[in-house]
Amino acid sequence: MRSDFWILQTFNGLTYGALLFLLASGLSLIFGVMRVVNMAHGSYFLLGGYIGLTVALRTKSFAMALVAGTVAIALVGIAMERLFLRRLRGQELGQVLMTVGFSLIFQDLALLIWGGDPYNLPVPAALSGALRLGGITFPIYRIFIMGVAVAVGLGLWLLLDWTRMGAMIRAAVDDGEMAQGVGINVPRISLVVFGLGAALAALGGVVGAGFLGVYPGADSEVLPYAFVVVIVGGLGSLPGAMAGSLIVGLLDNFGKALFPELAYFTLFAPMAVILALRPTGLFGRA
Amino acid sequence: MAGLAIVGPFLPAYPLTLLTQALILGILAMSLDVLLGYTGLPSLGHAGYFGVAAYAVALLATERQVGLLGCAAAGLALATVTAAVFGIIAIRARGTYFLMITLALGMVVWGLAFRWVSLTKGDNGVAGVARPELGTLSLSAPLPFFYFSLVCAGAAFALLGLLVVSPFGLGLKGIRGSESRMEALGYNVWLHKYLAFVISGAFAGAAGVLWAYYNGFVGPTDVQLLTSVEALLMVALGGPGTLVGPAIGAGLIVFLKNFVSVYTKRWLLILGAVYIGVILFAPHGVVGALRGRRR
Repeated sequence: MRSDFWILQTFNGLTYGALLFLLASGLSLIFGVMRVVNMAHGSYFLLGGYIGLTVALRTKSFAMALVAGTVAIALVGIAMERLFLRRLRGQELGQVLMTVGFSLIFQDLALLIWGGDPYNLPVPAALSGALRLGGITFPIYRIFIMGVAVAVGLGLWLLLDWTRMGAMIRAAVDDGEMAQGVGINVPRISLVVFGLGAALAALGGVVGAGFLGVYPGADSEVLPYAFVVVIVGGLGSLPGAMAGSLIVGLLDNFGKALFPELAYFTLFAPMAVILALRPTGLFGRA
Repeated sequence: MAGLAIVGPFLPAYPLTLLTQALILGILAMSLDVLLGYTGLPSLGHAGYFGVAAYAVALLATERQVGLLGCAAAGLALATVTAAVFGIIAIRARGTYFLMITLALGMVVWGLAFRWVSLTKGDNGVAGVARPELGTLSLSAPLPFFYFSLVCAGAAFALLGLLVVSPFGLGLKGIRGSESRMEALGYNVWLHKYLAFVISGAFAGAAGVLWAYYNGFVGPTDVQLLTSVEALLMVALGGPGTLVGPAIGAGLIVFLKNFVSVYTKRWLLILGAVYIGVILFAPHGVVGALRGRRR
C-alpha cells in the first residue's frame, strides 16, 4: 500500500511534469531569444485547448484537434510578435504589461465564445484504457502525454543542436547583436521561435484538455507553474526546462498529496532555495 | 489633495467610495513607484505585502476583536517582515529575473491564502470586517472613512516624497541610472536596493490595512497576480518616478474599471486594450507626457 502510493504519485508527478515541459520549453525558448517575459503564454495553453475541443467535437478526430489547435495558436503568437512585441524590444516592463493586456483579452474572448462551463476533450479509444502492472493501474492517456513530451524534447534537441536553423537560434540566444552582425536575420528567428513556443503551449493545451479538461481560469493556473519551471531550470535552456518540469511536477504532486494546506508553499519554497544558491537557475547562464 | 478635502462633503455616496478606493490604491501605487520608478526594480509581487497586511487586519478584527491600532501595527509589521524575507531572495536578481522571482514570491502568498484554509478560509475569504473606531470617533460612515484615507494617503505621499529627495532617495536614482557607477562611488548598492524593497513593502502594507477596512472583505483575489500587475499598470499609466503620477494612475484605473463595468460585461476586454494602449501610446505615463510637452 505504501509503495503503491509512492509509485502512483511519482507517476502522476511525472505526467504533470511532461505537460509542464510542453508549456515551459516554449516559454524558455521565447525568453532565451527575445528576452520577453510572456504573460500571455498561459492563454496559448487555454485557447489551444478550446480550439482543439471545438475541432474534436466537429470532426471526431483527435489528430485534427492537435493540428488545428497548434497551428491556430502558432499564427496568433506570430501575429503578436510581429505586430506588437517587436516594438518593445528591451522594455521588460512594457512587454509584461502588454502581454498581460493580451491575456485579459484572450480570457474574455474565450469566455465569450466557449462560456463558463468546463469541458472534457473526447479522447480516442486507443488512448483511453488503463494498463495494469503489478496491481497498479496506469491510465494509458497519461503514458501518451509522457510520450508526447519525450518526442517534443527529442525534436527540439535535434532542431537546436543539429540543424542550421538551430545553430542560428542558439547564436541569437547567446548574443543577439553579434548574431545579427554576422548576417543572421534575428527578427525572423524571433518570429519563428515565438510561433514555435506558442505552438508548443497550444499542444500542451490540447493534450492537457484530455485529462485536466478545459475551463476558464486554466490559463492563470498553469502560468505560474511554467514560470517556476523556467526559473528553476534557467531561462533559455532546454535541459533546464526538462529538469525543471520534472522537479516541479513531482514537487507539486507530492506537495498536494502530503501537505494539502501548504501545496503551493512546497512548490515555491524549494524554488527560493535553488535561487538563493544559483540565481540563474540550475542550467542558466548569467 | 486640499481640493479633494473640500469637495468631499458635497459628493454623493458612490463617487465618494470610489474616491476612497482610489486613495487607498494610490498608496499602493506610490509604494511600488519607489521600487519601479526610482530604483528601477519592476516588482511583480506587490499584492503580496498589500495582501498579508489586509489578511492580518481582517483576521484580527473579526476573530479577536482587535482595535484599529493593534490591527494596523500587526498588518504593517507582517508586511514589513514579508518584504524583508522576500527581499533577501529577490534583490540578488536583476532585470527579467527580478520580475520572475517577485512574481513567484507573490504566488507563495497567493498559494497560502488560497490553500491554507484553516487560517485564511481559502476561496471564501474573510468577510465582515467592520470599519474601525479612531479613539471615540467612528469611521463607519463613508465621509469620515474618506477623510481618514485622505489623511493616510497624504501622510504616505509626504513621507515617500521626503524619502525620494533625501540622500538615500538620490542614491536610489543613481542606482537606477547605473549600478556599477554607484558601486564604484562607494555606495552599498545591495543595501540601498534592499531598504527600498522593504520600505516599499511596508507602505504597500499600509494600503492593505486600509483596504481590509474599506472593503470589509479580504480574499485570494486581493493577493493574486493580476492585483500586482494592476498596481504596475497604475504606475506606468501615471508616470514612473513621479510619485504623484502613480496616484493619478490609480484614480484613473479605479474610475475606468467601475464605469466600464456599469456599461458592459466585456470590461476585461477593454481593460486589456487599455494595457496595450498605455504601452503603445503613453510609454512615459500621463505625467511624463505632460512634462514632455512643457519642455
